[in-house]
Amino acid sequence: MPATNDASTKAGLLRRADLQSLIDALQRNDYRVIGPTVRDATVVYDEIAMVDEMPIGRGDNQDGGHYRLTDRADDAVFGYTNGVQSWRRYLFQPRRTLWRAKREARDFVVEPETEPAPKQAFIGVRACELHAIEIQDKVFVDGTYTDPDYQSRRATAFLVAVNCGSAGGTCFCSSTDTGPRSESGFDLSLTEFLDGADHAFLVEVGSERGAEIAADLPLEAATGADRQRARAITEETAASMGRTMPVDGLKDRLQQSLEHPRWQQVADRCLACSNCTMVCPTCFCSTTEDYTDITGQTAERQQRWDSCFALDHSYLHGGSVRTSTAARYRQWMTHKLAGWIDQFDVSGCVGCGRCITWCPVGIDITEEAAAFSGDGVE
Amino acid sequence: MAAKRRPKLAVWKFASCDGCQLSLLDCEDELLAVAGEIEIAYFMEATRAVVRGPYDISLVEGSITTPHDAERIHQVRRQSKFLVTIGACATAGGIQALRNGRDVDQFMSIVYARPDYIDTLPTSTPISEHVKVDFELRGCPIDKMQLVELICAFAGGRKPMIPTHSTCMECKMRGNACVMVAHGTPCLGPVTHDGCGALCPSYDRGCFGCFGPAETANMSALTGQLSELGLESRNIQRLLRTFNTNAGPFREESSRHDS
Repeated sequence: MPATNDASTKAGLLRRADLQSLIDALQRNDYRVIGPTVRDATVVYDEIAMVDEMPIGRGDNQDGGHYRLTDRADDAVFGYTNGVQSWRRYLFQPRRTLWRAKREARDFVVEPETEPAPKQAFIGVRACELHAIEIQDKVFVDGTYTDPDYQSRRATAFLVAVNCGSAGGTCFCSSTDTGPRSESGFDLSLTEFLDGADHAFLVEVGSERGAEIAADLPLEAATGADRQRARAITEETAASMGRTMPVDGLKDRLQQSLEHPRWQQVADRCLACSNCTMVCPTCFCSTTEDYTDITGQTAERQQRWDSCFALDHSYLHGGSVRTSTAARYRQWMTHKLAGWIDQFDVSGCVGCGRCITWCPVGIDITEEAAAFSGDGVE
Repeated sequence: MAAKRRPKLAVWKFASCDGCQLSLLDCEDELLAVAGEIEIAYFMEATRAVVRGPYDISLVEGSITTPHDAERIHQVRRQSKFLVTIGACATAGGIQALRNGRDVDQFMSIVYARPDYIDTLPTSTPISEHVKVDFELRGCPIDKMQLVELICAFAGGRKPMIPTHSTCMECKMRGNACVMVAHGTPCLGPVTHDGCGALCPSYDRGCFGCFGPAETANMSALTGQLSELGLESRNIQRLLRTFNTNAGPFREESSRHDS
């Protein structure tokens, strides 16, 4: 492609009736298409083949420890906001085998697990989730050590972003500067225009791969007015966001408040159940487990998601370092919002609100952060 | 060269329903391999053939509810190098621990035609209150793959991969939405020890706490939320008073909900 071909200037209108063509085009290009669908009265990301499987006309009502799927007054395809899962599980698997070993004579042979990475396309990646993927890239690919499974999954993943037409009850991406509009990092992005019979999507191209798929879609020409309208939609979404992360100076305040009484106060409410870390799109911790079979002839090392809320996570010789829930909550929050910046030059929080919604007791990270900002709850 | 001596395994039953022993028999695909490496020396539910002790590993099912059993468990301990309790009865006293703190003589007078034939203790207690226990395998019943893992770890002389964190971690790894958050269903998952693979929440049910309390379970935070969801105090108590009613955190929290 010529260098003058500025990706952000390429756009077109896709009629709602033609949305299936996007899934079809991706499938023709051998992508396993993963998108939003309704399961157990929640929106989850799973393999889809038809637009009809998507949460058409569904919205959601979210608050701390509360999620309910709702019916919208319209037929919006992307009218829901973040569900319990992020895309993390499709790039950084919850559990996988790293290698197997077999005993041979007086020695043993290690066989690396060589499962080919699936070629996946994600439809409906929100701006906060795109930022989360970029953050996990820093952790798994850009650092000293590379996670080959993540890297190969990430390299082939095709990302169809969706600009948010409404804010979820626990969203706060406008304060973390991670949404609600996707500016980069996607292959294609969609903005939904809900106009009854003229229901359509503004399709913007973010990469050469995106341009190739876009060339396969029955796009109509988009006008400057369409683009302005798309921007106005996300601006309205940003303005309607109910929560704010007090980011200014937060890193220093947290790192200087390690003995603050607030840690014990939140620990009294915290279940240490690990839900916040499991639903967080940027949390990257894993542990390894070694298994041997009954004959002692084969061994296997598995990797699985871990959480800083589990006692074993801080197990060193002789015991766990962070035995109190206060210490574990402090570890999670100060790492996410402060230590992460030292480590990766970026905060680990993208404002998706999942840790608030999916905390069974509704602990709100924005409220906890505000408690350290001087004018917050003491 | 002499063949390597296979470790001897014994399975003992105390007050229980036999469900955990059945989990061992249920390991159809693994049992032959296990029997090839481990000598199943004493397992009355499977075979009358008995190989005399001592035993390298004893699996103990059931709780202590009679004076006779309170003696017998010491004999089992003396014959066992490594003693593992299997299931909620052996580990916490089981559902029969609901008798604890109640009038057992009155129960007997109502239930049995000849209460004088019955020789029982006023409490149902876990094995660990009587003898030293080397490992406790949770669950009502136990998870058979955790049992296989335990035996493989024992055979390999390594630590069993049996985490003690909450059920929520496995639930989220499976991709489930939280039944409490998304449906308002009372669930003990956040305070319950992992091991079942989040079976009930995966089928849209709240967790019943079959695996007993997780590490550092914050009971009052959870019961506070359960009452927010509309669960009355007596129903919170009922939820906690099942298979693991006598497990410390469940017992203490449920007693706070006496109406």
